[in-house]
Amino acid sequence: MYEAAHGRAPAVATGIKRAVPDSVVFTYQGDGDLAAIGTAEIVHAAARGERITTIFVNNAIYGMTGGQMAPTTLPGQVTETSPYGRDVKTAGYPIRVSEMISTLDGAVYVERVSVDSVPNIIKAKKAIKKAFEIQLQGLGFSLVEVLSICPTNWGLSPNESVKWLRDNMIPYYPLGVKKDATTGEVK
Amino acid sequence: MANQEIIFAGFGGQGILSMGKFLAYAGLEENLNVSWFPSYGPEMRGGTSNCSVILSDEPVGSPLVVDATTVVVMNRPSLDKFESHVVKGGLLIIDSDLVNREPERTDIEIIKIPAQKIAEEVGSKKIANMVLLGALVEKTKIVKMESLLKALKEHGKEQFYELNKKALERGAEFAR
Amino acid sequence: MADKVLMKGNEAIGEAAIHAGCQCFFGYPITPQTEVAAYMSRRMPKVGRVFLQAESEVAAINMVYGAAGAGVRVMTSSSSPGISLKAEGISYIAGAELPCVIINIVRGGPGLGGIQPAQSDYFQATKGGGHGDYRLVVFAPASVQEMVDLVQDAFDVADKYRNPVMVMGDGMLGQMMEPVEFKERPKKELPEKTWAANGLKGREKHNVINSLFLKPEELEAHNNKLQEKYREIEKNEVRYELYNCDEEMDLVIVSYGTLSRICKNAIKMLKKEGINVGLIRPITLWPYPVEAFDKVIDKTKNGFISVEMSCGQMLEDVQLAVNGRKPVHFYGRSGGMVPTPAEIANKIKGIVGGAK
Repeated sequence: MYEAAHGRAPAVATGIKRAVPDSVVFTYQGDGDLAAIGTAEIVHAAARGERITTIFVNNAIYGMTGGQMAPTTLPGQVTETSPYGRDVKTAGYPIRVSEMISTLDGAVYVERVSVDSVPNIIKAKKAIKKAFEIQLQGLGFSLVEVLSICPTNWGLSPNESVKWLRDNMIPYYPLGVKKDATTGEVK
Repeated sequence: MANQEIIFAGFGGQGILSMGKFLAYAGLEENLNVSWFPSYGPEMRGGTSNCSVILSDEPVGSPLVVDATTVVVMNRPSLDKFESHVVKGGLLIIDSDLVNREPERTDIEIIKIPAQKIAEEVGSKKIANMVLLGALVEKTKIVKMESLLKALKEHGKEQFYELNKKALERGAEFAR
Repeated sequence: MADKVLMKGNEAIGEAAIHAGCQCFFGYPITPQTEVAAYMSRRMPKVGRVFLQAESEVAAINMVYGAAGAGVRVMTSSSSPGISLKAEGISYIAGAELPCVIINIVRGGPGLGGIQPAQSDYFQATKGGGHGDYRLVVFAPASVQEMVDLVQDAFDVADKYRNPVMVMGDGMLGQMMEPVEFKERPKKELPEKTWAANGLKGREKHNVINSLFLKPEELEAHNNKLQEKYREIEKNEVRYELYNCDEEMDLVIVSYGTLSRICKNAIKMLKKEGINVGLIRPITLWPYPVEAFDKVIDKTKNGFISVEMSCGQMLEDVQLAVNGRKPVHFYGRSGGMVPTPAEIANKIKGIVGGAK
């Protein structure tokens, strides 16, 4: 296991995979690092069709630093650095990472899943398995975006958090396969 | 000469940092030199929490208290960690409802307060920290109770003022 | 003391910048300075100014470059790993001679390191960090009040010399609360920003902000001009405190930032044991207060000791300042370990050999 600098995991993973092509390499990244400082690295790793897998956990907030606005923070969402709610006029709009990555030819498999219910957790498991299979077959880059909760920094109980995810995140970040080049499916 | 170097310690969520803050505000009210320094980092997420508070006539040196004139603990791990930090002849205040062992020191003054029980009688377990703070102020006389109440009024939530006040008074009474 | 308020170091930084007329703040979350950005996100819109959370520290420092070049007061804030990311931009800003204020609330390194207080970015701050022959003015406050005063001064010094100024504290200073006062400050006479790239404004030609000089002769001339400026700063801007340095001393501690306060505690402890120790506290880390050493060098029996929360970084500047005239000792902790007054006192007793 490597600990990469904030946002740089896809570049580090590229180095590992190129040095040891037989290894199975995945990055585990949050919305803060992948969609903010690490935007260049994730886009280019996907564009190069790196044979790696990215598990992208999106909970619409920075957790490690204690609840600041993330690139995926929803419009109007209150965080420590958007105390009046995210104002899209000054702070811009949330980034739909899966949709963006699926436009790149090097990306072979991109799916967004959620862990808010048992059926969705089972779907998430399937998606992750498929993403790794694609890596094992050497087909190219795969990414699974996992919508997740952050009770601590959302200031909600776990149950309320699950409901908030369903009511607010899923409408903005629709679930499902965004791209599957093995079947030619692009949504 | 007024000089108190205090460590407040307990779990996150017990109001450890805020009791330190109120005392610092009270010290400021009395024109003392004050500092408040919290532990920060992973502790904030449900682990242990502590802060160093200094009130003094003289300029404050290190804001990190190592040799404490008073230590207030609200759980067992805090007693384990900070009992040895009390200076000889210093004061150790323990929430005896939450700490299930006897302190080992014999060269310091120890006050054991059933702060949870008292706070519950006053109205809410959440203000156990204020019971302990009341005892501290009564015992050390580092600030006047009026200054502390003023700090509470200006910097605390208004709806809790009366409850907090009662808790402080009960704590002071216990220590008397 | 009526108008004193208790403020956390990180929040005081933000308020001080607002008092100094900081028009734009560009930040990015990183412990232990995130409260600076959080504070600015609350306050800047209220006073009609700009707060923007960038997508990275790299972007934030380049936003600073843009705003500084346009002639407004601008600040960014980060902690050690984030400052490393900003290093490229800082070099460009220094090369293009733009004024700005950069806050570094230092945590332990190298790499991702930890989040507890440290001083291990001394080299980075004072000896470069980015590429090229440039200098940052570096302020090292020891209290929240001094932080407030120096942040405001930093904007003036930056504007006066068209140079980036870094204010460096450690995690302790960022996180602690102390009483502060926002004093009325005399208005400084500062040069007009006629160089700012903010439209023609009646000028014949557009101003250009850059640091590119492809002809070696031109780049050398530019560097010589920068060096002249740095000599000027060395002449005018050195700041330091001498503590307990009036009489004959057994040893002189050299220490900065919050650690210097711990050293003062150690000095008091030693005094009770009959050991007299002085303190040089550099307030500017660059320009380094060499003259402070000249003032005390004949009064110290056992020379100097550099006390740091790093592994001998400032030590090199102490050695240069002492220049072999007296012994130079060292005591340092790292990784977020904060020395206690007692351990510093013990180290000193080992050097001076117990009570005199």
